[in-house]
Amino acid sequence: MKLLALVDCDNFYASCERVFRPDLKKIPIVVLSNNDGCVIARSKEAKAMGIKMGVPWFQVKKNYLAQGGKVFSSNFPLYGDLSKRVMNILDGMVKRIEIYSIDEAFLDLQHIQNTNQAYEFGIYCRNTIRQWVGIPVRIGIAPTKTLTKVASHIAKNTNGGTGIYCLSNQKDISCSLKALPIREIWGVGHNLSRRLNQVGIYSAYELAQADIRFIRKKFSVVLERTVRELRGESCIQIDDHSAPKKQIVVSRSFRTKVESLSALKPLISNFAVRAGEKLRHEKQKCAQVSVFISTSKFNKQLQYRGFNSFQFPCPVDDTRSILMGANKALNTIFRDGYPYAKAGVLLSQFSHPTFIQKSLFEVTDQQHLKQDTNLMQTIDGLNGDQTQIYYASQCPLGSSPIQKEMVSPKYTTNWWELPTTK
Amino acid sequence: MTINYLGSISANDLPATFTKFFVEPVSVGFPSPANDYLESPIDLNQYLIKNGAATFLVRVSGDSMLDANIADQAILIVDRSLKPKHGSIVVASLDGDFVCKRLQLKPRLCLLPENPKYEPIYIQHGQDLDIMGTVTAAINKFE
Repeated sequence: MKLLALVDCDNFYASCERVFRPDLKKIPIVVLSNNDGCVIARSKEAKAMGIKMGVPWFQVKKNYLAQGGKVFSSNFPLYGDLSKRVMNILDGMVKRIEIYSIDEAFLDLQHIQNTNQAYEFGIYCRNTIRQWVGIPVRIGIAPTKTLTKVASHIAKNTNGGTGIYCLSNQKDISCSLKALPIREIWGVGHNLSRRLNQVGIYSAYELAQADIRFIRKKFSVVLERTVRELRGESCIQIDDHSAPKKQIVVSRSFRTKVESLSALKPLISNFAVRAGEKLRHEKQKCAQVSVFISTSKFNKQLQYRGFNSFQFPCPVDDTRSILMGANKALNTIFRDGYPYAKAGVLLSQFSHPTFIQKSLFEVTDQQHLKQDTNLMQTIDGLNGDQTQIYYASQCPLGSSPIQKEMVSPKYTTNWWELPTTK
Repeated sequence: MTINYLGSISANDLPATFTKFFVEPVSVGFPSPANDYLESPIDLNQYLIKNGAATFLVRVSGDSMLDANIADQAILIVDRSLKPKHGSIVVASLDGDFVCKRLQLKPRLCLLPENPKYEPIYIQHGQDLDIMGTVTAAINKFE
């Protein structure tokens, strides 16, 4: 039988914070979003204290700290490095792997004949990652991707288990699906589950039993695939070439509200510059830049949200063009008299830089184009570790508004922040 | 055909062996006779690190391992994939702190310093000891 596995790191960011802090072994840990706005990761102990995912930090801060919980600002250099290590180890164990997110990967277990072997592989895999990197993982094994998600869900919710769940025989599958609400199924969101409820489908089992033609007609081929996958028919293949990104977003909530256009502009410029770096890193060009600004959702009296886009005549990857577009978009949406709490820049409509549709009216001078590319490459190179070159419209040096008061050291990526023996 | 001088990149920013290819304008009319024999420069990672995914660097503070040639501020190469043996130098967490000591498994579990100024640490019942990994090398810098 063909089997797949989903390896999923437990409470990944919180687990990363523990790798170099053995003193926090059983202490509740939460990790906050950029600018310390919301809780984005919780250790098992923090979950047990009732801290909900995404809750604004200020709402739970007092109680949480009083109960001895530990809090961290997000430390993405650390999480990224540990993720890379986990993925490298998995990559060495199987022929095909799809890295699905920073803390999840699908594995093709084509070398494995039966469920006993699969289970043993799971234990080996879990122990190795635990020992080599220090990150706990759970593993769901099943014949289809959608079912590995279900298996992983069961592995997570089985207390005192091995962290590995194998879902392969028909009886087990039916049994698990009966207990699973449809909103827990991979690819079924909130809206879809409401619509399914309206036609009398409540559990994953009922969806698996639904008439394929009815699902395709009434819903979509995507949901049809999900139904087939729940029945054990593999439809979604392991994709080892990750698809290029469709958009890039850089956004932040501000620590203190921003009211004036002159204060907002440098912040938007910072986001635009960062988005440009990401764009070139992905080797893409974008035809559209959008800007959004909004007031706090907790401020009920003064509410405003603005969003507008600037369209480029032909796709660009030059930060100077992105800055110009972002600035124009910002000017059209800014309204005086609102305390802005959040803003962001979004790049979209990508195309690969070597296949550029030239604009009819724009004379592209190859020499200039080459010079612009060189300039961006040089600036990206110089700004690699630490920003050294700023665009004039950016925030002046040192006054970057990102707040990370409780960030842990970059233990694995910076010579001056290595863990130290006592 | 010549390679153009593109701009000033400080030679210090580049590995010494690459400098000549980028910074000076060189004629490429006659390819270097060494081209067919180019090998990659010696890489310390290759010498010091066997299993990159499981290897971490840890800085030493203190002189308790001086006689094992591990000085204060040395950088330890710690491989978490190697099973620690009796006599291995290890980084361990003891009651929540990282320590670097020689591991003694028999006759009694103990962490041995390598400096007569310090006492062996016998692990008492109820103490929390985790071996993080085996120290495979230490880098002492002199200048």
